[in-house]
Amino acid sequence: MAQLVSASSSAPANVAGESRARVSAGRLVLTTITAATFAFLYVPIFVLIIFSFNQAKSGATWTGFTTEWYAKMFANEDLIEAALNSLLVGTISTLVAVVLGTLLALAMERYSFKGKAFWDGLLYMPVIIPEIVAGVSLLLFFAFIGLERGFPTLLAAHVAFTTPFVYLTVRARLADFDRSVEEAAMDLGADEWHTFWRITLPLLMPGVVSGALLAFTLSMDDFIISNFVKGVGWNTLPVYVWPQLKRAVSPEINAASTMLLLFSIFIVVLSLVLQRRQSRI
Amino acid sequence: MKSDFAIELVDVVKRFGTVAAVDHVSMQIRPREFFALLGPSGCGKTTCLRMIAGFEQPSSGQLLLQGKPLGDIPAFKRNVNTVFQSYALFPHMTVAQNVAFGLEMKGVGRDEIRRRVADALDLVRLPQMADRYPKQMSGGQQQRVALARALVNKPEVLLLDEPLGALDYKLRKEMQIELKQMQQQLGITFIFVTHDQEEALTMSDRICVMSTGHALQVGTPLEIYERPNCKFVADFIGETNFLPGVVTEISGEYATVNVADMSLVGRLGEGVTLGASAWLSVRPEKMQLVDEARANPSALNTNSVTIDSVAYVGSDTRVVVHLGGQRLDVWDENNISTLDPNFYFRAGERASLSFPADNALVLVK
Ligand SMILES: Nc1ncnc2c1ncn2[C@@H]1O[C@H](COP(=O)(O)OP(=O)(O)OP(=O)(O)O)[C@@H](O)[C@H]1O
Ligand SMILES: [Mg+2]
Repeated sequence: MAQLVSASSSAPANVAGESRARVSAGRLVLTTITAATFAFLYVPIFVLIIFSFNQAKSGATWTGFTTEWYAKMFANEDLIEAALNSLLVGTISTLVAVVLGTLLALAMERYSFKGKAFWDGLLYMPVIIPEIVAGVSLLLFFAFIGLERGFPTLLAAHVAFTTPFVYLTVRARLADFDRSVEEAAMDLGADEWHTFWRITLPLLMPGVVSGALLAFTLSMDDFIISNFVKGVGWNTLPVYVWPQLKRAVSPEINAASTMLLLFSIFIVVLSLVLQRRQSRI
Repeated sequence: MKSDFAIELVDVVKRFGTVAAVDHVSMQIRPREFFALLGPSGCGKTTCLRMIAGFEQPSSGQLLLQGKPLGDIPAFKRNVNTVFQSYALFPHMTVAQNVAFGLEMKGVGRDEIRRRVADALDLVRLPQMADRYPKQMSGGQQQRVALARALVNKPEVLLLDEPLGALDYKLRKEMQIELKQMQQQLGITFIFVTHDQEEALTMSDRICVMSTGHALQVGTPLEIYERPNCKFVADFIGETNFLPGVVTEISGEYATVNVADMSLVGRLGEGVTLGASAWLSVRPEKMQLVDEARANPSALNTNSVTIDSVAYVGSDTRVVVHLGGQRLDVWDENNISTLDPNFYFRAGERASLSFPADNALVLVK
């Protein structure tokens, strides 16, 4: 950039020199900010990973390498159970949210009815409502209809707060959907059912998959709402981890967090691979 | 009862809100015919096709496929296939899968599908592209896939919505010939939408000229060009000069029009009445310019004109003349070969312009 400016400019040398200095100063600032941001984002995570291999029982001093905490973590039945609960709730709620969100998006995109903008707005709301409000209201609601807290309430809550995210991603994909391919399918003898399964759904898949991954990660992550609506004995991983931390940050929790991190990275990579494969065609 | 027509539109109207996109259109398309719908953008061509295909329901009127009312039979049950303006290929399927789709939906057996897909791709000369995705092909190739995907089903009628619109000039010319050959070879009725008059004239058995939702004239290319039934058709197809005047005499198939104190005679057009104002329409290539000395000024449709400009374009010379305050285009065929730059009239000179009565048309104003 600086070279281009000085080479192509016929202005006096001092002006060219000045602009070069300004450009490289700007570059320095930008580089620094970028580096600082990356450090800010990833150094803590890096520290967490390192300390999950630290021999010391507590504290932030390095005393030697060990995998003991990982062994302990896998032997901790409560923690494993909470992790399995999280996986179970995450998987089932994602499946339900994907079906609901996709159908909602199709209905909202394809049909026109009175007050559509209003209903559309309502579907965005859960995304911006503070989680604490969502948690309290869900708790009240379950109490109101006399539903005892437990797996069903946990599942229903997770479906409720993940569905709008699936809806939003699928709706975005639908916005630039070319409906003439559906007409082409009908023209070639496909009824509505075949058109949906052979044409519409495959073309919406990238949106559905990103929505599903988003829903799953949000569900796995969720602490506040889960904490409100879970029943006794229905700990999810974040809900289990929280009280442990009140005592002290144990290396075992570091190990569990590292495992969760690996899992998230796996999901992100999976979504990138799926998207790459989709965009090839 | 087997009908004489592949497709019939009977007084069909299609309204979108208050706008009539198709306004009381009737037409009859014969089996194995190459039928063109020709008209400017927005005149209702696509809407007509969409009603035949079953994507739109007429607001009133009736459509018949081989004599049977189409009614509200859904698109997927009509033995009609469409080649879409935008191709509308399935982006997530290979070429072979695209072409096989219609056959799969009809429950054709796997071996037969494989054979017919291969045949269809041979027909459109794309046999080696079966495993490509639409994105990996050029516009012309995609257009052929769209064609193969429709043809493989052996429909009674094939609807083509400006299928050559996206192609460059040369490919377009090639595809016009190929399409025409294919249509004759397969014996399928083609309804072909275009807004390119040359394309319609060269390819079609018959043409329907449309304007703002109306079907103005249906006829062979010859009929449409030589005997347009209204000013719009005469103007839309080819080049024409229009001289405004008043009808002073009607005798048999001819009418006399008074244009700026000249009496000009042309063929009597539909609905022209004595005393009414009318257009005398005459095409630039249907008039002769001769030296005044050699002309007989009292002959029919012969008048003295001033040459306004002369442009040599190779095959002919394009002249603009002044006739009674009107500018007229005259195209004179260059049927002599000479290097003399003064072989022709020059601007400012006078000449005698004439045309036989059969070369002009008197049309309603
Ligand atoms: N779904 C629709 N809703 C409202 N108006 C429509 C709709 N489809 C078509 N029209 C209107 O009907 C008229 C005819 O449209 P149509 O698409 O049939 O034109 P066309 O002759 O195919 O034009 P083009 O050559 O540009 O493709 C236009 O004025 C168009 O705006
Ligand atoms: Mg159109």
